Amino acid sequence: MATPIIEIMGRCRMGAYEMKELVIISGKGGTGKTSIVGSFAALAEDAILADCDVDASDLHLLLQPVIKDRHDFLGMKKALIAQALCTQCGICESNCRFDAIQGFRVDPFSCEGCGVCYHLCPQQAIQMVDNVCGQWFSAVTPYGPLIYARLGIGEENSGKLVAEVKKQTKELAQSLSKELIIIDGPPGIGCPVIATIAGVDLVLVITEPTVAGLHDLVRVLQLANHFQVPAAVCINKWDLDEEKSEEIEAYCREQKVEVIGRIPFDRRMTEAIIQGIPPVKYGSGGAMEAIQRVWQKVQNHLQA
Amino acid sequence: MIVAVASGKGGTGKTTLASNLAWSLREKEKVQILDCDVDEPNLHLFLHPVFEGKETVNIKIPSVDESRCDYCGKCADICQYGAITVIGNHVLVFPELCHGCGGCALLCPQKAILEIDKPVGEVETGSVNELAFVQGRMAVGEVMAPTIIQAVKQKINSRGTTIIDAPPGTSCPAVAACTGVDYCILVTEPTPFGLHDLKLAVEMLDKLEVPRGVVVNRWTGVDQIGLEAYCEEKEIPILLRIPFDRRIAQAYAQGRLLVEVLPEWRPRLLKLWDVVEWGLMK
Repeated sequence: MATPIIEIMGRCRMGAYEMKELVIISGKGGTGKTSIVGSFAALAEDAILADCDVDASDLHLLLQPVIKDRHDFLGMKKALIAQALCTQCGICESNCRFDAIQGFRVDPFSCEGCGVCYHLCPQQAIQMVDNVCGQWFSAVTPYGPLIYARLGIGEENSGKLVAEVKKQTKELAQSLSKELIIIDGPPGIGCPVIATIAGVDLVLVITEPTVAGLHDLVRVLQLANHFQVPAAVCINKWDLDEEKSEEIEAYCREQKVEVIGRIPFDRRMTEAIIQGIPPVKYGSGGAMEAIQRVWQKVQNHLQA
Repeated sequence: MIVAVASGKGGTGKTTLASNLAWSLREKEKVQILDCDVDEPNLHLFLHPVFEGKETVNIKIPSVDESRCDYCGKCADICQYGAITVIGNHVLVFPELCHGCGGCALLCPQKAILEIDKPVGEVETGSVNELAFVQGRMAVGEVMAPTIIQAVKQKINSRGTTIIDAPPGTSCPAVAACTGVDYCILVTEPTPFGLHDLKLAVEMLDKLEVPRGVVVNRWTGVDQIGLEAYCEEKEIPILLRIPFDRRIAQAYAQGRLLVEVLPEWRPRLLKLWDVVEWGLMK
């Protein structure tokens, strides 16, 4: 019968369908990461976008999304002491490794949800309660669908929320048969960054020619190497200090990491952000042209 | 007095302000500076301290004595982080997932779990020209930033002035750095990103009940985004505006202190400090 064959062919196509994930991170904040991601979003014709900087996400300020739906995100449960049952024996306080219990009350900022106090309390006066620690959003932008999130102030579990954003993005990409996911990553090298780069096809590191830019680049490349994720480097504002840029390039050569872009300092980048427009849509030449060249190279890398 | 220099957004100039402020103040009073951005500690690149001490920061992770273990699985049941699991007659520990809460060791019915140290980072202490310097550095691949930040803050000398260079963001590392400080200087830039993240940082300080002031970096002379109106509405003083100046950017790029390259900034920073102290006076 014809129908099953079509079905099988359909499945084969599904099997051959390959999705690529590109992550842009920087280690150091303020190197221009989000402006470049916003530009990539505008240049990519058929991508799904995600912002994994769940702590201070800014990509939405450039992409002007309309939120389609929002979802609460449950983090680790937090301990809560029922004062009516508490005999103030102090067992919870002395066994809490996170100094989260003081005066027989739990400081939700410090509680890591381990549950040790809950298990040890002789009065069973401690409950572990659900904690909505953030929200994630599914949104529509002029450049494609965007998944982003907002972690509650002072919350833990940024890594888990990042994993949720990535999972939702992947599912959306699969259901729409999109072949590319572009992810804006968080600063630093800690848990949200690890969750962001896990298993992706390419990490593009945006750095700047400053002592701090180089210092942080070294640590980010170590991290990518540690988790065996392919990495490439782009130097933003490279002409602000050409000597430092050369130093960065020499370091990358030594590490066998390709420098795939040099974007000149261009005040229009800031002007574009102030207008809330991805820089490549704001003007041409200068930094905008350089970003387009980087985008070409990124695509080549992903197809290799 | 303990003053944190923080910002929601990265790269706004926290380290520039913290290092130059501490450097200017050290001639006047006893100052120590703490780098609490343990993901990417950068302060040393500008202050070049001589380090005298180094301590490893450890967390406790489980080590199972399988001769006593009866594979009951209680440890796996109580672990909230998925860091220990029992499969048949094997106990597997995943150190990178462990938060060091000690629950498995405490609650093991067979007392078969011991705790061993696992290094997650280090705290270095030193000084440069009378300025005491402490920095934390998380090991690559680790996630326990707040633990390392707390270890750095253990070094606070309550008799003098302490300036803390905080990590960006508003999640647990930033909270760990800004908890218990007397004042927080928020560094921002006049862009929509800067303002958006400043608002988040202010929300964090509201929760921590920390008094605050704002420093605007890369100021262009015109407020195109409503930054001043926001500060006015929230009654947050703007302590200083640092203009966009290529010489400042170049000094930073090369790891040089602003007050060394452009000495006119020293009195401005000392004045900022006076305003902070005056604001805190009861």
